[in-house]
Amino acid sequence: MPGLTRRDTLLSGASALIGASAVPLIGARAADLDVPTADVPNPGFKPEAGASIRVLRPAKFVDPDETLFRANTKKFTETTGIPVRVDFVSWEDMRPQTAVTANTGAGPDIIVGFGSDPQIYADKLIPVNDLADYLAAKYGGWHQLALLYSRRWGTKDWLAIPMGGSGGASVYRVSWLKEAGYDSIPNDHAGFLAMCEKLNKAGHPVGFALGHAVGDGNGFADWLLWSFGAALTDPDGKVSLDSKETIAALNYAKELYPQMVGGTLSWNDASNNKAFAAGDISLTFNGVSIYYVAKNSPDPKLQAIAADINHQLPPFGLAMKPPQSSLVVNAMTFKHTQYPNACKEYLRFMMEAPQYAPWLAGCLGYWSNSLKAYGKMAFWDADPRLKPYIDSMDTPYYDSYQGPISAASSAVAANYTLVDMFASVATNNATPEAAVKQAARQAARYLKG
Amino acid sequence: MDATTGELILNWKPRAQHSRIGKLFDSKPFLVTLCMLPTAGLLLIFLTYPLGLGLWLSLTDTTIGQPGEYIGLDNFTSLFDDPVFWGAVWYTIFYTAVATAGKFLLGLWLAMLLNHHLPFKAFIRAIVLLPWIVPTVLSSIAWWWIYDPQFSIVSYILVDVLHLRAHYIDFLGSPWSARWSLIVANIWRGIPFVAITLLAGLQTISPSLYEAALLDGATGWQKFRRITVPLLMPILSVALTLSVLFTFSDFQLVYAITRGGPFNSTHLMATLAFQRAIPGSQLGEGAAIAVSMIPFLLIATLVCFFGVGRRKWQQGSDND
Repeated sequence: MPGLTRRDTLLSGASALIGASAVPLIGARAADLDVPTADVPNPGFKPEAGASIRVLRPAKFVDPDETLFRANTKKFTETTGIPVRVDFVSWEDMRPQTAVTANTGAGPDIIVGFGSDPQIYADKLIPVNDLADYLAAKYGGWHQLALLYSRRWGTKDWLAIPMGGSGGASVYRVSWLKEAGYDSIPNDHAGFLAMCEKLNKAGHPVGFALGHAVGDGNGFADWLLWSFGAALTDPDGKVSLDSKETIAALNYAKELYPQMVGGTLSWNDASNNKAFAAGDISLTFNGVSIYYVAKNSPDPKLQAIAADINHQLPPFGLAMKPPQSSLVVNAMTFKHTQYPNACKEYLRFMMEAPQYAPWLAGCLGYWSNSLKAYGKMAFWDADPRLKPYIDSMDTPYYDSYQGPISAASSAVAANYTLVDMFASVATNNATPEAAVKQAARQAARYLKG
Repeated sequence: MDATTGELILNWKPRAQHSRIGKLFDSKPFLVTLCMLPTAGLLLIFLTYPLGLGLWLSLTDTTIGQPGEYIGLDNFTSLFDDPVFWGAVWYTIFYTAVATAGKFLLGLWLAMLLNHHLPFKAFIRAIVLLPWIVPTVLSSIAWWWIYDPQFSIVSYILVDVLHLRAHYIDFLGSPWSARWSLIVANIWRGIPFVAITLLAGLQTISPSLYEAALLDGATGWQKFRRITVPLLMPILSVALTLSVLFTFSDFQLVYAITRGGPFNSTHLMATLAFQRAIPGSQLGEGAAIAVSMIPFLLIATLVCFFGVGRRKWQQGSDND
């Protein structure tokens, strides 16, 4: 097509992608592709002759996640002639399938896995320093959480390419906060508690999961812990939960609990979404899904709620950075692949702006960027409500903060050790001192005691 | 005559002598072994191997992703000091005992009602089986909605329709109410199995016994106590054994409704084993919890089978 600039071509490509997948309108602003990049030479990976790639990744939660990922992959095949098969697997099945692949040395060449996986399978992965350094140089560097999860712990060796993270924020009803006299959520503990009391008095309680909810329960417990400066482990990975900061967090949970809607002790990961959509709560911590579902619903009642939703980072309390973590997804290339260069070239292609930008924008903040430059795209401004989800990965906090990331970190979260500690104190079923000792003992079953 | 007999004897040759294979197939031990092989193979592959692997894993520190090493009984000694494990053991026993008792009382009652002549008998019996037929995960989700703190139909009727209560009931919000709620759901699911099994047993009891008792002037209670119960015992013991096994190893109901919460008060051994092994990735520890269920299951089975159903028919005699 003569007469077209590179930018125009990219534009039409991106809008074709977005149009084809019926992404909500605001996603279309991503077609601007306004990603600031540095001029860095392409590392020039030479795919092996006759290469083909198999990719395994977690199933979508929002439709564009899958449609745009597939479209980008198809584009790669059209450009390079390398066939790529992408399998989407339900979240619970990801870890067992990754374990089988790693242990048998057969199966997908690339697995986009969760959290601590690169650390667990470190010896079975192809180092990707060249690719990670190239992307960092071109796109303004990696966010802190990417550096923590994707490099071999304590070294600068890249085990995987962090593709993004799913972060949380305070989701609240603007009109109800206004009625209580607030334009935004106070950033300190005392102010936040006072606001929750006023909201509750007005018949609009807040709600946070205190039940066995893997994501939301652990997210709320981590916020309490980190916003008070407490931590599960010290930098050596030894359990350091039994501290005066944790006791302060527990006492705060006890005061906050009466301001919450009834029944949070049995909440699972879907409960706060349901309660918020039903108008039973005025504020909760969640990913973008509550807003996404309400906004794209044909139900006028949910549409009205969507118009009344806003997001803000969770109150910092004593923390310097957002006291919350993201669920990081990492693309790992396994040593058993016959086509390591083709895999690297595929990952490079997927992380470059013409592909990554529409994907990120189409997901409307469901995934947040691992590379800093992608936080400067215009679509984040098109809907100011999404702002708190930009740069969710710009935080030093992770499961089992401040110790090394390992299989043990996931074990503590999976056993709801911290959630149960806060739940038992909040409901007066244990004293803070007894609960923290019990939780420290439970955590020490997996971490160093 | 002699010659004929002699010829006959001479002509008769055992067929087995024709070939070695034929001889082999005439050997009874060989045939028995051969016929048992497919079954033995299936049992070995699908029962012995997983059980053996589970036992082995429980003696190692295997995690998801890392092949473990043999660590002896370390998993068990560490579980011995774990209050969450003992809480799960305790609740599993309580859950099994209470739910089984409930299922049998209500199941027997239902079976006796169904044993009468009713209009649409076959249809009603089919309906009764519904809770048992519906996949447990589906009915668990239905119960989860029924127990939901914000959207419970029970609360809705009590609060918004009948105005009997001011607040919604928090079924799963405290340890004891959560435990009882799960037991109720389990009883609901288990009644059909007991009722239909016992109904089959009731129908084998000859009506003439009841007629004879009637002529002798027996009361309803006496008929139940002296005729129904003794004659129902054989099937009762089998149903009880199966029911205890199903209840003890229950998983789906608890996992779908509470996941062991609030603060681990409703963990069954099966749910705790899964939580530690798969999401928690400690395969060795999870296997140790699963293996710990075996002695309890053995004891429960033996008690049910020999304690309740100690009848002569079990030793091969008539039941008098």
